[in-house]
Amino acid sequence: MMAMRIVIALLTGALFGAGLVVSGMTDPGKVRGFLDLFGAWDPTLAFVMAGAVGVMAVGWRVAARLDRAATGDPMPGPAAARLDARLLGGAALFGLGWGLAGYCPGPAAASLLTGGAGVALFVAAMLAGMRAARWLG
Amino acid sequence: MPLDWLLGLLGGLMIGAAAAVFLIGMGQVMGASGLIAGLIAPAPSARRAERAAFVAGLVLVPALLVQLGPGPAFAPVVGWPVLILAGLLVGFGSRLANGCTSGHGVCGVSRLAPRGIAATLTYVASGVAGVLLARWAGWA
Repeated sequence: MMAMRIVIALLTGALFGAGLVVSGMTDPGKVRGFLDLFGAWDPTLAFVMAGAVGVMAVGWRVAARLDRAATGDPMPGPAAARLDARLLGGAALFGLGWGLAGYCPGPAAASLLTGGAGVALFVAAMLAGMRAARWLG
Repeated sequence: MPLDWLLGLLGGLMIGAAAAVFLIGMGQVMGASGLIAGLIAPAPSARRAERAAFVAGLVLVPALLVQLGPGPAFAPVVGWPVLILAGLLVGFGSRLANGCTSGHGVCGVSRLAPRGIAATLTYVASGVAGVLLARWAGWA
């Protein structure tokens, strides 16, 4: 099943990346345009989320009817309900960086080879930030 | 409807399909920050291999689309110091929150997960603040 997991991961990473390009989400100006409520607002990101959430809602319904994933691995348990400072504080910091540069992890990775040195710098800093978060346990 | 919105919807359907296949195929939530961070965290080699495969597809296919012509390439809209600060915040914050736009946004909101919804509302609000901060400071 390990080979099957690797193939699924490769194909879904490719489809995710292609979807980011098609949707325009590799354009940091477009992402920031959605967050620019007090400027020239661009609703494109809302359409992207609507499409993705719509399909994934069906995905969760299908998953709920299955005992196991195609690989035989167990499905995720029910969603946790607990909200804590770590979640909200982390999301607040994440969003601040997202609004500053217009990149979140997926689009940054998808732009790595075509966005020039600036994107590489962002990804390097992002990895350092991820590494630093491990110090908090 | 402007073409950009239609393409956004189409790309969103593709992103949702990727997340659904990831879930139904291997029983996991497709979160970009977790999969990328997993590459630099201690893990069994099998887990590391599948994360590397996901990131390889995510990095290489968009580059291929740009090379072949149909996909436009975009450069950052802010300078290097801001990119470094933003990258640190995105990396640190997404790990602290245990998810980003894909894990909390697409996968969490679509199952009405309280944590996914709370994280998404929070990072969109602070994202709005980030855009305002950058404008106020003259960075973008």
